[in-house]
Amino acid sequence: MARINLDHIRHAYGAKPKSEADYSLKEVHHEWNDGGAYALLGPSGCGKTTLLNIISGLLQPSEGRILFDGKDVTYLSTQQRNIAQVFQFPVIYDTMTVYDNLAFPLRNRGVAEPDVDRRVRDILEMIDLAGWAKKTARGLTADQKQKISLGRGLVRNDVNAILFDEPLTVIDPHMKWVLRSQLKKLHRQFGFTMVYVTHDQTEALTFADKVVVMYDGQIVQIGTPAELFEKPKHTFVGYFIGSPGMNVLPAAIDGSSIKVGEQTLTLDYKPQIAAGAKTELGIRPEFISLSREGMPVSISKVEDIGRQKIVRAEFAGKPIAIVVPEDGEIPADPRITFDPAAINIYADSWRVGREG
Amino acid sequence: MNKTWNNKAWFMVLPVLLLVAFSAVIPLMTVVNYSVQDTFGNNAFFWNGVGWFSDVLESDRFWEALGRNLLFSGIILAIEIPLGILIALNMPKKGLGVPVCLVLMALPLLIPWNVVGTIWQVFGRVDIGLLGRVLDGLGFDYNYVNDVFDAWATLIVMDVWHWTSLVVLLCYAGLVSIPEAYYQAAKIDGASRWAVFRYIQLPKMKRVLLIAFLLRFMDSFMIYTEPFVVTGGGPGNSTTFLSIDLVKMAIGQFDLGPAAAMSIIYFLIILLFSWIFYTVMTSSDEQA
Ligand SMILES: Nc1ncnc2c1ncn2[C@@H]1O[C@H](COP(=O)(O)OP(=O)(O)OP(=O)(O)O)[C@@H](O)[C@H]1O
Ligand SMILES: [Mg+2]
Repeated sequence: MARINLDHIRHAYGAKPKSEADYSLKEVHHEWNDGGAYALLGPSGCGKTTLLNIISGLLQPSEGRILFDGKDVTYLSTQQRNIAQVFQFPVIYDTMTVYDNLAFPLRNRGVAEPDVDRRVRDILEMIDLAGWAKKTARGLTADQKQKISLGRGLVRNDVNAILFDEPLTVIDPHMKWVLRSQLKKLHRQFGFTMVYVTHDQTEALTFADKVVVMYDGQIVQIGTPAELFEKPKHTFVGYFIGSPGMNVLPAAIDGSSIKVGEQTLTLDYKPQIAAGAKTELGIRPEFISLSREGMPVSISKVEDIGRQKIVRAEFAGKPIAIVVPEDGEIPADPRITFDPAAINIYADSWRVGREG
Repeated sequence: MNKTWNNKAWFMVLPVLLLVAFSAVIPLMTVVNYSVQDTFGNNAFFWNGVGWFSDVLESDRFWEALGRNLLFSGIILAIEIPLGILIALNMPKKGLGVPVCLVLMALPLLIPWNVVGTIWQVFGRVDIGLLGRVLDGLGFDYNYVNDVFDAWATLIVMDVWHWTSLVVLLCYAGLVSIPEAYYQAAKIDGASRWAVFRYIQLPKMKRVLLIAFLLRFMDSFMIYTEPFVVTGGGPGNSTTFLSIDLVKMAIGQFDLGPAAAMSIIYFLIILLFSWIFYTVMTSSDEQA
């Protein structure tokens, strides 16, 4: 229950970072709204866990400040920040029973035993381990351990924020769905700020109000799922969000005309591009239509994925993916057209909008 | 995977079996042989049955020595185990301090038993020893040759000095195997220093502690060289442990029969205690 400000946070694990490359977290300057549900999405090694550890206070950032509701907490301990965190690799106190594992964070804070009991039973119910309460945690299966680890993060309901670091990786899909909806329910009920790290974009997109995409130690875009889909700020977001990802084609831009291979397209605006920048055109496979008109392509493969077909083709010497409805026809002399509104222009991998 | 069974493999272990037979089983059987026979010299032996065993078990001398052994082992375990854990907990986990500490800890373990005894024998002497002189200078009436308490204190301090490192090294090995994530989770869960020890560190050290405990028990229960060198079993019989008594009996008095019987009883006691400790400690391991 706090607004969290990350004020120009940078972090390097080594003692004396010399170059930009020494920083695992390059520059994060961002505000997490009170009670928001954020999904943190990004490839392995991009700094997600590092960022969470900095928010929870397990790690001191090399540079920058953290504020909770405007109060500087950069040098406060994890305990004082009152944050719950569920770790990527489940931690279980294996000499304790399942019940005691869940009660541990409450008992450590001197919560009265009747309250502990009530909270723990709720959580046991939620993670579907009520029958296991009295068992020692040793020898449980991997998914049970992960559930306990998750449960320990949820058992305190007075926290400022809960940080989840890929909490459901080994849970089976159905249970994952159940737990995810329980989590949303708890979130609505208690209104804590929630940050949820995942590799799984469906999980991120269904779960969060805002999706934060990280890449190479930076936050490249924060937005609603629709924004990430329609206007990826960085070519990486285009690749990473959506399946298949956005097509990115090298393009020569001159005023409002774009030349891709032999083909020339015209935009209804003039992107402002610095001299010498590498320019590209991005178009999602969903916004390319395949018909007998337009620019010629040569089809290499058609993948049927149920309600849609993915056509893999070559366009202007580059591979390109096209999404065609299930009953869509694939002509013998295939040609494509781009939906002009769905074209994004990138200069040095960053989007150049209509706005300038 | 298919396992191939081949009984010829047994021939491979034959050399080891022979070696063990010559080095352990045959000497042991000689002892058993002596323990049930009596002799009046001239290599003439008579069957004596369990005579020597009952003699040993009925003698006060045996029970007193056994009592001293148990007291000694009890005291040094009560000191070395907690002290070892405490030192291990405070050793650095990374950086230059690690090799320095490890070498320092390993040093006492590298010194031969009799040298340890000699060092302390000299160290503690009131006339020339540093410890003896300092204690004397501070006004303590310290003399391990005359005073029972001082003799025991010297032996105990010596053993603690010599062997606590072993416990430290074993515990340290257990501690460094704990992943960082456990400490992070403990911080998030608001665990106190004690809770971290009780629920994270102690469980991880449990196995190595069991080994440390058994090794220190067996070894201290068999202690011979150090008291032999430092106190020679005195003053009086106050530091005459089973092993010292055994040697006195076998070599000093040449009572081979009773000495052999005593050896066997001694051996069985160590076996019994080790088994009890092991069972108790591993069963609590399963419940916990
Ligand atoms: N304790 C550490 N010491 C040194 N470097 C580290 C440490 N932890 C992480 N790093 C480095 O920092 C970078 C970011 O790591 P981080 O664990 O935050 O990535 P992540 O996004 O959580 O990845 P994953 O999805 O694999 O969990 C990586 O390059 C990693 O090698
Ligand atoms: Mg991670």
